[in-house]
Amino acid sequence: MRKIYYIARKEIYHILRDPRSLMIVIAMPVLMTFLYGFAINMDIENIRLAVVDYDRSTESKDLIDAFYSSTYFSEPRAAVDQGDSEAILKSGDAHAVLVIRPGYGEALRTGREFALGMFIDGSDNNIAAAVQNYSQGLLLTSALELLPAGQVSGGIRLTTQVLYNPDLKSAQFFVPGLIALILVMISALLTSITIAREKETGTMEQLLTAPVTPVQILIGKIIPYVFIALLDGALIVVIARIVFDVPFLGSHLLMLLYSLIYIGASLALGILISSLVQTQQVAMMFALTATMLPSVMLSGFIFAIKNMPPVLHGISYIIPARYFVRIIRGIMLKGAGAEALIFQGLALVGLMLIMMTIAARKFKMKVA
Amino acid sequence: MSESAVTIDRLSRHFGQFKAVDDISLTVEQGETFGFLGANGAGKTTTIRMLTGLLLPTSGVGTVAGYDVFTESEQIKRSIGYMSQKFSLYPDLSGRDNMRFYGAAYDLDSARITRRIGELSERLGLAEFLDRPSGALPTGWRQRLALGVALLHEPRILFLDEPTSGVDPVFRRRFWEVLYELAAEGVTVFVTTHYMDEAEYCDRISIMHRGRIVELGRPFDIVRQHGQANLEETFVHLISAEESRNA
Repeated sequence: MRKIYYIARKEIYHILRDPRSLMIVIAMPVLMTFLYGFAINMDIENIRLAVVDYDRSTESKDLIDAFYSSTYFSEPRAAVDQGDSEAILKSGDAHAVLVIRPGYGEALRTGREFALGMFIDGSDNNIAAAVQNYSQGLLLTSALELLPAGQVSGGIRLTTQVLYNPDLKSAQFFVPGLIALILVMISALLTSITIAREKETGTMEQLLTAPVTPVQILIGKIIPYVFIALLDGALIVVIARIVFDVPFLGSHLLMLLYSLIYIGASLALGILISSLVQTQQVAMMFALTATMLPSVMLSGFIFAIKNMPPVLHGISYIIPARYFVRIIRGIMLKGAGAEALIFQGLALVGLMLIMMTIAARKFKMKVA
Repeated sequence: MSESAVTIDRLSRHFGQFKAVDDISLTVEQGETFGFLGANGAGKTTTIRMLTGLLLPTSGVGTVAGYDVFTESEQIKRSIGYMSQKFSLYPDLSGRDNMRFYGAAYDLDSARITRRIGELSERLGLAEFLDRPSGALPTGWRQRLALGVALLHEPRILFLDEPTSGVDPVFRRRFWEVLYELAAEGVTVFVTTHYMDEAEYCDRISIMHRGRIVELGRPFDIVRQHGQANLEETFVHLISAEESRNA
């Protein structure tokens, strides 16, 4: 125990005496939170919408007003040819075309079922997804409001509400992903680099000629990073709460518990990487590839996992961040309890054990 | 328990097909200063790594301080001090902090660590350099500091892998004076070097070539046996003879 304590204390000295690592540890999470929160705004507004109105009723005019009076949609750049929806999209004058077939007003008045048409320019899939979401929301709320008095259908009022993130604010999606990203980077990247540094400079070898076991060295070196990762996680949550109004509905204790599990899995990844490489440079590239890329692209942080091609979908199952993004969103945005997140927790523990086993085997082979 | 500090009998270490150390045997007595010579890549460092518990041999028998290199590396580590050819202390920590850290690694209590730091800094003339970051020290001082760390737990056997490479002659001389003092106190010194004048200071030497020991004995005897003027000539003569035999 005393040796582990001294190794951990030495590691803290290393961190404190190297201003660069201090910068990475404290400034990077803060910087990235602001960057993601402010600079990358996924809230898409002023989508240019063309309307082709064949109905020309009071109801259809009200519907068009409802669309244009929202902040999401605006009128097309140029007056559009009323006939050809495809030509409108091709010209780029509008991102989407709403087609109101004749009979809309009639259907609304008589309470019949009616289908409106919407053509969406799919070449920018972010905008396309936004148009779908926004217009569906608009139709469901506005169309019902537009019902003439007395036509309110009995008890079966269709009420929809976009749950958890009613305004679809980006910060609420980004912050959980950002926590997952920062924690894996601190835990896996920094530990793999610091272990590789001891190998590269020969201090690992010197230390192993003393009566110290590799396990003691690893545990001692890891401990400071567990605390740094937790501190960074807390820092991001505080900034998210204060600056970006991201809610924290669930239990802080549960969050801490799951964060520790996730940090454990990330550290296992870092140790695994350091068991495969000899220099800091290689460790850094390896760790960046193994943490940053998959944690951003395949975790559901930015791109929805369910829309991925089968291969990437399969790969996402071995990315720890995939589970942790779900966990944080569950705890922070939905106030989910432990029972709802058991699968994710077990998956992380499983991943951690697998990576630890491979790393341990790798290390034994080297000594033997 | 054998009386010898190091015994090696038919020890080998293979890396795949490559025989880094090929069937070597030698014995080093307690208190002896033993020079372990050979060209680069001859297998010296591999041998030292096996004797210090960093690497398991492929086959053969070896004991260090009476402990088996296969099964008792923990006891071996407590009995030996090791200094590698690369400066391998923490450059961002001061000499004193490096020593404190290694003291803890060797399970010394803090009173003993403080006492040893005092003794060693006096013996090695380190006092004024002890509180600077060790990475900022000139090479000679760094090597002395590394020797201080290796001696912290008062080991009976010292393994030095090219301890004086890149150090100026005055520092080398002073370094060897310390080694002599240690030998006089009964510490066994097992040292590799490329400097033939240093090898001549040793009680006995071995010369390694391609994983095998090609010569073993007192420096003076070896020189005379081969009819050469000095150890340097003998070394070159031996290695080129081996090279042409293998060609």
